[in-house]
Parts: sequence; C-alpha cells; structure tokens
Amino acid sequence: MSDLRDLYQDVIFDHYKAPRNCHELADANHEAKGHNPLCGDTITVYLRIEEGIIKDAAFVGNGCAISTASASLMTEALKGKKVAEVEPIFEDFRRMVTEATTAPHPELGKLEVLAGVREFPVRVKCATLAWHTLQAALKDERTPVTTE
Amino acid sequence: MSFTIELERENVVTPLGSVRWRTDFPILRERVNGKPLVYLDNAATTQKPQAVIDALSSYYAHDNANVHRGVHTLSQRATDIYETARVKIQRFINAASAEEIVFVRGATEAINLVAQSYARPRLKPGDEILVSAMEHHSNIVPWQLLGEQTGAVLKVVPINDAGELELDAFRRLLGPRTRLVAITHLSNALGSIVPIEAVIALAHDRGVPVLIDGAQAISHLPVDVRALGCDFYAFSGHKIYGPTGIGVLYGRKELLDAMPPYQGGGDMISSVTFERTEYNDLPYKFEAGTPNIAGAIGLGAALDYVSAIGMRAIAAHEQDLLSYATEAVSGIPGLRIIGTARRKASILSFMLEGLHPHDVGTILDNEGVAIRAGHHCAMPVMQRYGIVGTARASFALYNTREEVDALAAGIRKAQEMFRR
Repeated sequence: MSDLRDLYQDVIFDHYKAPRNCHELADANHEAKGHNPLCGDTITVYLRIEEGIIKDAAFVGNGCAISTASASLMTEALKGKKVAEVEPIFEDFRRMVTEATTAPHPELGKLEVLAGVREFPVRVKCATLAWHTLQAALKDERTPVTTE
Repeated sequence: MSFTIELERENVVTPLGSVRWRTDFPILRERVNGKPLVYLDNAATTQKPQAVIDALSSYYAHDNANVHRGVHTLSQRATDIYETARVKIQRFINAASAEEIVFVRGATEAINLVAQSYARPRLKPGDEILVSAMEHHSNIVPWQLLGEQTGAVLKVVPINDAGELELDAFRRLLGPRTRLVAITHLSNALGSIVPIEAVIALAHDRGVPVLIDGAQAISHLPVDVRALGCDFYAFSGHKIYGPTGIGVLYGRKELLDAMPPYQGGGDMISSVTFERTEYNDLPYKFEAGTPNIAGAIGLGAALDYVSAIGMRAIAAHEQDLLSYATEAVSGIPGLRIIGTARRKASILSFMLEGLHPHDVGTILDNEGVAIRAGHHCAMPVMQRYGIVGTARASFALYNTREEVDALAAGIRKAQEMFRR
C-alpha cells in the first residue's frame, strides 16, 4: 500500500499553500500555456531568458497540490540555470516520478520531494504539467500543450 | 417525488434491502488499499451483478454464434437470445415495438447516429439545435461536428445557480429555426433532474422533435418513452449494471423509417448488387456489421435484474442515500455542494475550500473510497460555476448509509491532512 505521506510531504503543502513565483512576468520573453485535459488544470509558464540563461521564471495557474507545488519548485530551480541544462533536469525528474525503483536523485535537490508521485501513477501528469509547459515556453509554442 | 412517498407507504425500502442487493455484486467484496471498497463512482460506470456476469459467460460457453444468418442451431439460439434482449429493452422503456430499439455502442453513438442520420440531411445553414448548459460532452460535440458539416448553430439553454434548467429561457430560445432539442434527463455533473415532460411539451407545440440523453437517468428514474412522448432516447448499458460497449437508441418508428442508414455493411441490407442496394428493415438498417451480441444479452440480463427489484424501489433507495449524504456533508466546514436543484438524483458534486478535487480523490482512494474528481466530461458546466472541477460521489442501488459515512470520514481526513 502506498503511503499518502510520501506523496503529500510538508514541503509540498508549503509550496501549495504559498506557491513561489506565482505571478505573471511583465518582462517575460518566453511563455506558454499548458493544460491537463484529464482534470481541467491549467498553467501558464513565463521565462525571461538572457544570453542563454534563465534570469527569471514564474507561473500562474489553477491546479492540485501536486501540480502547484511542482510548478513552484520548478520555477525556483530554474532561476540562474542555463537553457541547455533544462532538458537533462527534466529527464531526471521524469525518471524519478515514473521509475519503479526508489533510487535517490540527489542531483534534483529540492525537487526530490516529488519522488512519492511514482507510487501514484495517475498523478504523474500533475507533477509533469509544469515541465511540459516549460518545454513549450522554451520553444515559445503558441498552441497550448497538454499532458496527453 | 410522488413515487418516493408511495414506496415509503408500501415499506419497500429497508436498510436490509440494500444489503441483500449488495451480495449480488461480487466486486463489492474487493479490498482497495487494505480497506473495503466503497464504490461511489457509479455515474461513470456501475458494477455488474452476478446475473450479468453469468449471462455473458453462459452465452460464450453455450450459445456463441453469429446472428441473423445461420441455418445451424447455435446461430438460431444466438439470434433468439439477442432478439429477446431487444424485447426486454423495449418493455423496460415501454417502446411501442422492438423495431424502435437500435443497438449501438453506447449513448454517445446513439446521439451521433441521430446527428448524422436524422439531423444532417435536414439542416440548412442557420438552423438551430437546442441543448442545455449542463450537457455531457457527448451531447455537445456531435452537434458541433454537425454544425461544421451543415452550417447549423448550437443554442444553449442556461441553468440557474442551483443547476436547474431555465424553462423561460428555453421557451424564448425555441424559435422558428429550431430543428431539434437535445437535452439530458439527469445531469451527470450536478445531479439535476431536467423537467423533460415540460421540455417535450413545449418543443412539440412548435413541431420540434426531442432527443433525450438518458445515459445517467436510465438507472435512477423510471423511463417510459411513450408516456414521455420523446422522439429519441439514448442510453448506455454499462451505466445500468450491464456490460460496456452496448447501448440503445430508441427512436419513434416513423422517424427511424424516414432516416437513411448510419453505417453501411453486413446485416443492414436486404439485397446488394454493385448497381443498387436495398436496406434492411428496422432496426437492422442501423446495425451494420456483427453486433455486440454478448453485450446485448448482458444488458438484457441487467434489465431483468433491475426490473426484479423495481425501478421505483431503486429510485427511492437512492433518494434516501442522497438525502442522507447531503445532510452528512452539509455539516463539513468549507464544503460547498455544486448542484442544488430541488429535483435531484444520485449525484453529489462538491468542492472543498483549499483542496483540489484531485487531491480529495487520491486521499479518499487511500481509504478505499472511489469517487470521481474533475470536470466529468461536462467542462461547460464547470465554466458556468467558474471552477475547473468538482469531487463527485454518485450512488447506486447497492450503496449503503455506512458507505456515505465512510465518504464523510474520508473528506474530514483529507481536510485534516491539508490543515498541516
């Protein structure tokens, strides 16, 4: 039986109740909308990228504890990262929330609190919505991405 | 409702009654996450009684053959039980004849059939199809596709804050260009019972035919298509304790006769040459290809099962559960019921302050309680209330007050967790 406490850790509650970087970004030069058709959750991710570096990241949206905390933690993690570093981080993150093993992912830092999602396969899309939307924002896609 | 009162007088509804029915459903003995299963997602699909499971397995074990075309014994036997199922459905909804019962995959296919076969040849640009603001996507999207094909326009009858159809607005929207009214009998997202008797009367006054989406209503309300006078009635087998992949379109014979076939293939023809094909009689004209024989037989068995209990007894039991559940959750701080129509059945949709429906669903599942979280394939309803989704508990004949208590306890537990 999966333990709910693994999913709903204190850090997740904290980021759900007081999400970081949860606002529009007036000087964003990349943005994209994301949508989880399964539950109707929506998110917009904003980025300000200068010389290949993510100077600022923010989001607005309407989602569950997992998707909101994931977006909040993601924007925190992104600031100061090179654009080229994003894909490997997302790859690690995706592996962490989907793989069967419980191997630690120290490289993900604080994002590791979302590891409990792997015990709840229907909630993986909640955790990855912000990341899929981030990918679209990097490409500046105009059509909203979905988790499907 | 009047039938509830009748039944209480006859003393048909007892707590023991629901327990007796419960043992007919083997899946209800399952444990989920170490807890007894509390299945409250009946609006999505219902569980199957042993009688339905046995009918499916007996058909495949003893009678399996193709229908309508064999001279051999098994084919005749399969044809007989398949056609007997059709008659059971005819009787269950009181259609005038078995010819008016078309087997389809489900309510969705039934509505698409009416859109393409009845409406499409008749529509001109600017003609109007009238739906309500609380339709399931399956009673919205087929009409939008039809609009793209014909230039017809979708008009939407609003609902009030309680989730009741605004009949005055319906009267106003029913105009000279209205060609069809397509409306739900029972809202899957809100639980509102639509006054379809009034809707049908108003539409017929204007000579406008009416399709009723009975996907939700069929297992909760007695349905008599002739008393209602509706032109089409659509429902799915799996929402009334039958198998998935089988459903019914009831259509008045006069209308079905005038409609071209929906799909072409075997079984729907009487003769084929490369120059000319003669279509088969009703209802086979609409049943191209080998049908879902086992599904139809299973649905027949499901209707036998509910008929033996009685739709009125089922409705009364579920009404009692809904009242009990409404009362039980009303005392929970921060809980808001979405859908508070005066006439409701079987569905309790709610929001919890500070808690997303998805999280509520996960936490309840951990307690063995299965509910639905999300937009319930009725996104316009959610938009009407300015929300993205609700948590929804929906009841069936086998649910008990104890299960409602488990739901309420689970909700309080979720709130407790999120109070950290």
